[in-house]
Amino acid sequence: MDNVQIEPVKRQRRGLPQELNILLVLVAVALVFEILGWIFQGQSFLMNTRRLTIMILQVSVVGIIAIGVTQVIITGGIDLSSGSVVAMTAMITMSVAQSGDYARAMYPALTDLPVVVPLAVGLGLGLIAGMINGALIALTGIPPFIATLGMMVTARGIAKWYTKGQPISFPTDSFAVIGSGAWPVFIFLAVALIFHIALRYTRYGKFTYAIGANPQAARVSGINVQRHLIKVYAIAGLLAGLAGIVTAARAETAQAGMGMMYELDAIAAAVIGGTSLSGGRGRIFGTVIGTLILGLMMSGFTFLRVDAFYQEIVKGVIIVAAVVADTFRQNARSKKA
Amino acid sequence: MVSKTTLEAIERYKEKSLPYILEIEGIRKEFPGVVALDDVQFRLRPGSVHALMGENGAGKSTLMKIIAGIYTPDRGTIRLRGEEVVLASPLDALEQGIAMIHQELALMDWMTVAENIWIRREPKNALGLIDHRKMTEMTRELFAQLRLKIDPTAQISTLTVAQRQMVEIAKAVSHRSQVLIMDEPTSAITETEVDHLFEIIRDLKARGVAIVYITHKMNELFEIADEFSVFRDGKYVGTHASIDVTRDDIIRMMVGREITDMFPKEEAAIGEVILSVENLSLPGTFHGITFDLRRGEILGLAGLVGSGRSNVAEALFGVTPATEGKIRIAGRDVPIASPADAMREGMALLTEDRKATGCFLPLTILENMQIAALHEGHVKLGCVDERGMTNLCLGMKDKLRIKTPNLDERIENLSGGNQQKVLIARWLLTKPQILILDEPTRGIDVGAKAEIHRLISGLAQQGVAVIMISSELPEVLGMSDRIMVMHEGHMTGILDRAEATQVKIMELAAR
Repeated sequence: MDNVQIEPVKRQRRGLPQELNILLVLVAVALVFEILGWIFQGQSFLMNTRRLTIMILQVSVVGIIAIGVTQVIITGGIDLSSGSVVAMTAMITMSVAQSGDYARAMYPALTDLPVVVPLAVGLGLGLIAGMINGALIALTGIPPFIATLGMMVTARGIAKWYTKGQPISFPTDSFAVIGSGAWPVFIFLAVALIFHIALRYTRYGKFTYAIGANPQAARVSGINVQRHLIKVYAIAGLLAGLAGIVTAARAETAQAGMGMMYELDAIAAAVIGGTSLSGGRGRIFGTVIGTLILGLMMSGFTFLRVDAFYQEIVKGVIIVAAVVADTFRQNARSKKA
Repeated sequence: MVSKTTLEAIERYKEKSLPYILEIEGIRKEFPGVVALDDVQFRLRPGSVHALMGENGAGKSTLMKIIAGIYTPDRGTIRLRGEEVVLASPLDALEQGIAMIHQELALMDWMTVAENIWIRREPKNALGLIDHRKMTEMTRELFAQLRLKIDPTAQISTLTVAQRQMVEIAKAVSHRSQVLIMDEPTSAITETEVDHLFEIIRDLKARGVAIVYITHKMNELFEIADEFSVFRDGKYVGTHASIDVTRDDIIRMMVGREITDMFPKEEAAIGEVILSVENLSLPGTFHGITFDLRRGEILGLAGLVGSGRSNVAEALFGVTPATEGKIRIAGRDVPIASPADAMREGMALLTEDRKATGCFLPLTILENMQIAALHEGHVKLGCVDERGMTNLCLGMKDKLRIKTPNLDERIENLSGGNQQKVLIARWLLTKPQILILDEPTRGIDVGAKAEIHRLISGLAQQGVAVIMISSELPEVLGMSDRIMVMHEGHMTGILDRAEATQVKIMELAAR
């Protein structure tokens, strides 16, 4: 745009309008279900704390993943492996979190492992999976889509191979606590806060946006792009590992089929929340709202007794609509510029 | 191809014998917060070259985009061939006989020359499939008319920038366009290629094509343009025949004030050697580069595009490290394998291509400006010191006179000159000892240019060692203490300020 006759513009809070839009969508979705609730079910949708609690609990795991995936998308990449990493970490973590109550009948000396062991194993596994993703992308230059697709298949395979398809159950009480009550929600919100700060106020965040906006310029500006990408994917893996721990602890069991399609829900949450698939743009706050919108829809459809098939169809449409909206916004901007 | 209604309009136009093919009156175009054009007029004669002049942000690219159908004006009339028209889209403009040659060439890299030219109009065979042989033949005929020597079956990606430009021009001619818009066509091509381009332009003129020509190079204006219009701050200043005026007249019209000294080189105390380069080579790109650079010195680096100038800069800064030779900084051998290494040694590099390797377009001015400085400090308790950083950046904004309401504006909304200033500020914030500038004033208006020159001089006075690459000889001659000339990857000489002349440099650069 030609820059002439600039009228002094009031200093505006950065990025707020866009986030307000997302918030409005959240409110609108809630209101639609409220109205439909009174029409078809004769009761309020929102005035039911139990329903809302369950809804937030349900999306917390996807939310944790989505925070990692948001960062990956901001760098201009994608992570398809997170759902499978959830399953893999859930299985392996559960195997070291099992309580020995039954085995002790045979081996009285057997003690349970302290809860830090499954925690460390789960987080470590996720971290390693993420680092492999990052290293493949940064060092070999293969597209993130392919690298993480490979990890998606491999991690799911490991989850199945680990017990030859058998579920693992009976964790120690101290492990089960992680998934009990409102803990998953607290973990989700804590992670969101940490990475909100990390992305907006630290060097890590500034470099992440810079790489997504223009990797060549980032390199010339002295950023070690390869190392930073490995970091970002490793963090995404770490959060998928955390999600795996929470999932297993909440269900008090682990199965190889856990976390199926979570990667797509996480990407959807990020995109609905305004993260641009072309990189360089996105906020954790938006992703949190995006996660809540997804949760609200799932809960709302269930409340209205809509079939699960329809839910998926609608979800697909909404994801595409979010990307279309983002593309329109960008086109409008480049036309103006 | 121009449409049928356009062909009829052309016939009517021929009968009328009007003095102007395109008349624009009272155009206004507003963008949010900015009036880009205000009551602007423009008249274009057939068979002439009409240059648009003005500083960046004067409104000439907006006007050009209106003529090309990219923008629709808020107010005003456009009369083409004496009839009022609406240019709804670039395609619409093309069908009405107006074609634009973009600064960033808009060709499809992985398709052939012929495919690019005839896209959407491919000749078909009896089965309705594309007849490639006929297409190649049509391209040959077209190129013969224009005396171009380009293989119609070559892939665009194998062509030079100049050749691609020729292809774009040929494409416009193939559309039988009557108005051709050229946006800084010489900014990325060599002298000989410029001569060839001018030959083609004269040829087009002789066929009655009217050309709107945008340039920042004053000598081109005198060489190729018949008349020119000047714009300032979105307003029309005037139109003159280029034989009637001098260079100073034009500059005065553009900036509305006298520029007494375009290259205000001020004497700087030259200190000890800070950078010493010995036998630096990157096989296939450049060989045996050897020179010393002192504190406070400005070393000009001249040579034709493709002579390896930028590659040497990139090697020094570790973007594409050299494989042989030594780089010594303040007497120490330093291995430079990455830009981060170079920055630790106090180097900074302003790259040649603002869009590709400079700007983070989706990010704000603040984010663009602070990124390099973040490597060294500016972090408190793990978080970036936003307030301190913002203050530093505001200081830079004032010092470099960056025209923007605030730092939270996206950099893509700035004009080229202001973007360049943001990038210079990015490097100044790292407090470099050695500053490498690759074409620091390319595509920048006269006023901003002089400001950047003054800034470079000032830095040298503070003891910064500067390497400045430039394709504009007056700039190199005006700014440099010494001038190193390159030709096809080799150093062909280093000239002192006193002995250097345009002729001597060209002799070394062209051999």
